[in-house]
Amino acid sequence: MPPPALTQAAIETVVRKDWGRILAALVKSLGDFQLAEDCLQDALVSALNHWARNGLPHAPDAWLITTARRKAIDRIRRRATHNTHAAELSYLADLANEPVEDVVIPDKRLEMIFTCCHPALARPAQVALTLRTLGGLTTDQIAHAFLAKPETMAQRLVRAKRKIAAAGIPYAVPDADHLPARIDAVLQVIYLIFNEGYAASSGAELMRAGLTQEAIHLARVVADLLPKAAEVRGLLALMLLHDARSAARAAPSGALIPLDAQDRRLWDRTKIAEGTAIISAALLEQRIGPYQLQAAISAAHANAPSWERTDWQDIAGLYGLLWKVQPTPVVQINRAIAVSYAQDPQAGLALLQQVRDDQIADYQPYHAAHADLLARVGDPVAAHTAYDRAIALSQNTQERDFLTARQSALGKTLH
Amino acid sequence: MQFMCLIYSTEGTGPQPGTPEFGPFMKGYQDFTQKVKDEGKLVAGDALQAVSTATTVTVRDGKTETMDGPFAETKEQLGGYYLLDCADLDEALKYAALIPTADYGRIEVRPIVVWDN
Repeated sequence: MPPPALTQAAIETVVRKDWGRILAALVKSLGDFQLAEDCLQDALVSALNHWARNGLPHAPDAWLITTARRKAIDRIRRRATHNTHAAELSYLADLANEPVEDVVIPDKRLEMIFTCCHPALARPAQVALTLRTLGGLTTDQIAHAFLAKPETMAQRLVRAKRKIAAAGIPYAVPDADHLPARIDAVLQVIYLIFNEGYAASSGAELMRAGLTQEAIHLARVVADLLPKAAEVRGLLALMLLHDARSAARAAPSGALIPLDAQDRRLWDRTKIAEGTAIISAALLEQRIGPYQLQAAISAAHANAPSWERTDWQDIAGLYGLLWKVQPTPVVQINRAIAVSYAQDPQAGLALLQQVRDDQIADYQPYHAAHADLLARVGDPVAAHTAYDRAIALSQNTQERDFLTARQSALGKTLH
Repeated sequence: MQFMCLIYSTEGTGPQPGTPEFGPFMKGYQDFTQKVKDEGKLVAGDALQAVSTATTVTVRDGKTETMDGPFAETKEQLGGYYLLDCADLDEALKYAALIPTADYGRIEVRPIVVWDN
């Protein structure tokens, strides 16, 4: 009896799971990104056709790569100058004629992610390529998630692939000298993908919210491929811990709920447990970096029974360490807030007022924190003014509504 | 692959002849040239005379126009180049970063087109 026929959605799920691994192996052996992707796309069309009728083959990934290699032979032959490719063709033919049960797909995803996140590519191109090649998202899905036109996204991907080929960007793991900086670029791309999704929380933006899961998946892949890089696990833990709180972040109206007012029963305990375990293990390796410190801070919040019973000493200490490796105004603002609870609002305000940076003048979170600290040291008039500034700088309605509510609450003590 | 490393800087910035910094700066160029030669990467490399010596030629409707000066006035000018034979962009970028002018100017790295006959 033949295996049961499959729906298109089921086939696409199977293909997506193996997409990154197969594509990376194809790119490495063909040395041509666009050709590899076109051939895998051809193989997907064949799969839809065959699998829908005959059911899932024994090894879908081997079936796909063998089919893609045959498609590559066809495509190379159809090009006018096929005699120059004789060696390549015979190599490919050997691979394509292997019995499917003998096919081993080499894992070239690490090389691939360093190519996609190469600093010679612009950041938006890095993001799109990573999602397309390692995430297996379609161009339309990526366009939708980044609120771009599909044609714009398609063009961005084509240009990036052309630059990879023409500029000689290698498919390789960088040498030891450059590895830390290049890993950092990969982590920045993954975190950017996560934050794009995290910023979108309403139902209307579901596809964008899917980006958070995509980023977590990518971080898991990279963490497996780079087991020694503690910062990769730091980022994975950080994203899991953020994501664990997503159900409590927005009211049904869409309004943003700050950490101190969130219903902690809505937090996902499984994700918190996983994130906490990952960051605890990573910290023991003593290769501390900014993602691990942020994850540790997030874990301290996630494991606190309530806002009042949060270990503010621990959090203030972690922000102090983070400030040493990442002395940015954003870190200083959060450190000031933590110190305001660990010690008193005056100490927090003193730290906050040390932030004297040109970027701060128009930075909404600074004014929001300033307003809150001024209110808590007993200066509602100055707090009111700071809220005016924060409200004027708000980028979205939820944020504005939240700040306006806080400002009104202030009014009750004013009168 | 061959990569053209175009050396750009603002004329008059960086170590100037007659200053104590100039000797070590030129020594840096000598050392770099020797290094790429020894490592089998050097195809060609030259410094250009100052942009004030530039002449621009245009042919329109069969008529040649010759003009004093560079084709575009820019803050940073092309001052020289190295043509290097490298495995890939990463290797080319590694060498480009060793060109002494990289410390105060910019090095633009572009691959040479290989015509497919």
